[in-house]
Amino acid sequence: MDIFSDDSKMKVKVLVRNPDDYLRETKRDIHKLPRNYDPALHPLEAPREYTRALNAVKLERVFALPFIGCLDGHRDGLSCLGKTPDHLSWLYSGACDGELKLWDVAKRRVLCTVQAHDGFVRAIAYSQESSFLYTVGDDKLIKQWKSEAEDGSDLKAPVNTILTGGMLTGISPHRSKPILATCGEACNLWEHTRAQPIKTFQWGVDSLQSIKFNQVEENILAACGSDRSIILYDMRESVPLRKVVLKMRSNSICWNPMEAFIFTVANEDYNLYTFDMRNLNSPLNVHSDHVSAVIDVDYSPTGKEFVSASYDKTVRIYDARQAHSRDIYHTKRMQRLTCAAWSLDDRFIFSGSDEMNIRIWKARAAEKLGVVKPREKTALRVNAKLIEKFEHHPHIKKIQRHRHVPKHVYNARNELRSGRIAARRKEFNVRTHTKRQKPIISEKVKAIVSEQQ
Amino acid sequence: MSSPKGSEKKPASEVRSTATQNLKKKFKPPKDEHLLRKTKNKKPNNTFTKKAEGRVVKRQLPKFKSSHGKTPNSGAVQKFSRPPKTGQKGKEGAQDDQTEEDPFPGDAPIPHARLQKHKRGKAEDLDKNGVTFLSNRIHLKKKEKLVKYAVNLAARSEILLPEETGFLEPAKGDCTSEITQVQIKSSVDITSATKQFDLSMQFGPYAINYLRNGRKMLIGGRMGHVAAFDWVTKQLTCEMNVMESVHDVAWLHNETLFAVAQKEWTYIYDNQGIEVHCIKKLNNVLRMEFLPYHFLLATTNDSGTLSWLDVSMGKMVKRTHTHLGRLDVLCHNPRNAVLCCGHSKGTVSMWTPNFVSPVVKMLCHTQPVRSVAVDQSGVYMATSSIDCSLKIWDLRTYNCLQSYKLGCGASNITFSQRGLLAVSMGNIVEVYKDICTETIHKPYLKHFVGSSVSGLKFCPYEDVLGVGHARGMCSMLVPGAGEPNFDALESNPFQTKSQRRETEVKSLLEKIQPELITLDPFELGEVNRQSVIEKFEEKTRYMV
Repeated sequence: MDIFSDDSKMKVKVLVRNPDDYLRETKRDIHKLPRNYDPALHPLEAPREYTRALNAVKLERVFALPFIGCLDGHRDGLSCLGKTPDHLSWLYSGACDGELKLWDVAKRRVLCTVQAHDGFVRAIAYSQESSFLYTVGDDKLIKQWKSEAEDGSDLKAPVNTILTGGMLTGISPHRSKPILATCGEACNLWEHTRAQPIKTFQWGVDSLQSIKFNQVEENILAACGSDRSIILYDMRESVPLRKVVLKMRSNSICWNPMEAFIFTVANEDYNLYTFDMRNLNSPLNVHSDHVSAVIDVDYSPTGKEFVSASYDKTVRIYDARQAHSRDIYHTKRMQRLTCAAWSLDDRFIFSGSDEMNIRIWKARAAEKLGVVKPREKTALRVNAKLIEKFEHHPHIKKIQRHRHVPKHVYNARNELRSGRIAARRKEFNVRTHTKRQKPIISEKVKAIVSEQQ
Repeated sequence: MSSPKGSEKKPASEVRSTATQNLKKKFKPPKDEHLLRKTKNKKPNNTFTKKAEGRVVKRQLPKFKSSHGKTPNSGAVQKFSRPPKTGQKGKEGAQDDQTEEDPFPGDAPIPHARLQKHKRGKAEDLDKNGVTFLSNRIHLKKKEKLVKYAVNLAARSEILLPEETGFLEPAKGDCTSEITQVQIKSSVDITSATKQFDLSMQFGPYAINYLRNGRKMLIGGRMGHVAAFDWVTKQLTCEMNVMESVHDVAWLHNETLFAVAQKEWTYIYDNQGIEVHCIKKLNNVLRMEFLPYHFLLATTNDSGTLSWLDVSMGKMVKRTHTHLGRLDVLCHNPRNAVLCCGHSKGTVSMWTPNFVSPVVKMLCHTQPVRSVAVDQSGVYMATSSIDCSLKIWDLRTYNCLQSYKLGCGASNITFSQRGLLAVSMGNIVEVYKDICTETIHKPYLKHFVGSSVSGLKFCPYEDVLGVGHARGMCSMLVPGAGEPNFDALESNPFQTKSQRRETEVKSLLEKIQPELITLDPFELGEVNRQSVIEKFEEKTRYMV
């Protein structure tokens, strides 16, 4: 008789748990946590997750302390910042009295100081191809420096100096060829061995403010001119490519390091414009939120975000595709900003200002900088995901967007906003009550005056 | 997911002897196309047996043909498969003379019912015609994929659950309702046999309440006897006589605090029996329910007042006067934390602290409602009235699913975690199985309790039913009542003191605000269409 199929007896099993399976063996083990993901055991999931998201967003605001420190030492206002990919914690800064300093940001001290130029140091650029540092200044010189020693001691004297005839306002090295581009009265291309420019691009008679080589499409340059234009050049051609004229002058330009054809300009009309170089008649995005002229812009090495420094004493961080800033950094002691840089490890933002200080900020204000243990990391990631999941709920959105802004920014913003709404309402009324209609121009395109070939 | 193929098989060269080298020459090694056809889930259907002579001979197992996995998409996750490894198969593949095809290609299929259990709403094949931007459409598609993956993973992880439910199979020809507690007690192991016990006390009809993790138990006798103890080890936490009539007892969030509804007011006691609070606002309380995720103590009153008290802050969240008479029938729906009250007009009303009037009012019986119970999943509601009827309602559609006629009016009914319904009629307790899904004719278990039953509660995560009656309490064994696999992050019966403290802090942080109590718990995840439309209109008002 098979004992397993004995039908004459009843079979009964009552739930019994062996405590050895559920309790830890020694005090040094972690507790055992058996899981059951059956939804019936987890009621009220939506309200619980919502509460967790609310807590997460509040904690994020609690831990949003972006200011790390201040690099103090220059004797005149900052004019430019330079980064090098070989040493992530090094930062070059040029001041208005011609001083060039090399900082070790991690230790917050100066590695080397050198009097680079007689006037302003207008721009610093590091050439990846030849590992040289180039600076241009108001004394119409391009200086080439070698900076490889770990203690920065070989920055004492320039390796090479090129005397140029005209004013110089910006410099940008080619990604893979030993060519530099400078801008001033015109756009010149140099080779560091030659004393004369190998090529000159001229369009119109006005000067150029800032010039940058495209890091992906290596032969394309873009420059901002003082006739409110943005000019695109191809190094291989003999004439500039095209030009787009905006309503106000652009102060600075930066190419997206990841996308081959996207660049962003910082404009005087308080906005930043992101263009696709293939289609210059309409910007891809208009980034507004500043209440005064935007002076400098720099992209994150990921290409997803950029930082902008503005005349209204604030630094704003934007997502590359969003029209409004995701964060704003300000301090009472920070006066007019002149330059901003995003560190090449994507974690820090440097801002140089008129009052001779460089400030170091976190790129993500609530990030923990030290060693993050795996469980902590998971918890932080879960919190970030929860916030993303519930970001459209009004309470959570309100807390997430809440920033304390300086009073002058707050008042100026309200004023500008009411002005914009009034203008929009006026245009709407004019349109609805007139018979002959002018063509509708989208908000984005309004900033552009013309495009020229 | 699948076992690594190359690592568990030793390279064939180690097993071979010189004799098999000759054998190998006879076999024609197959061409490389056969190797490429093998999938990663190739199960070895050849085994090597060593014969006495030292030759290694292959033995072919018979191929098992089943209908499993033959249909293309039987719930199996096909996409997360690695490409077939050709390099390692070279040596072993050379041995085989026939093509090796996995009869069950892909991952093991998941039963449809299990997948459905883990799904929460529609997240597949959503209509994307309304989405204008391509990037958003792609984003939605990616989200759908993720949700599907999560559902599959959760369904697959059920294989890791350690325990299985209890069961009771009668002898051939018998039925389970004839099996007595004594018989069950004698057939099970010692630990389970100790779970069946009787306590004989003389302090009046007893109300009982189990702690949320099924560890401890609270009993309150009408004449003032209150005791908290671990019912498995019978170790007393505290015991006292409050010298007043006790109507109901309830544990708060953990075993350190419990509430007793006494003659005039409600008192909260420590686990040592020390009176911590006397809440005069909760006066003449008849029934109490604790909502664990909201930290709310809900009480009903002699004069028809429903109150919600936030025990973490000591704040009275809401007191509603129901105007429906004396409320002595109360039950809470664990799925959405609404309270169900039964009334003498035969109606059942549902209340949330956000509205003055009941959110739902159902006419269930023609005679006064005697007892209400809602099952764990919040789908079924059982009501009984004094005209001996028992009805099962679907709480999503508010339809009557089943209607039964009992021997006499059921005074207490309660659902277990696995859907068993316990009904007490006078001094008999009957347990019904699958009462909501099918029309049944016989109870699953019956037990004759000596005196009239006043309290009936299933113990969570155990196969035990606690019965409080006029002369004490009795604990019954009901195989298959409790949920075998608990989730330690929800309630852990094996909680240590440090874990209890951690859980208390974490659950306080995640305390849900009472404003979020709604009939549909997933309403928070839905889009509020009205406000979206309003915002859009405002933004585009002056747009040309």
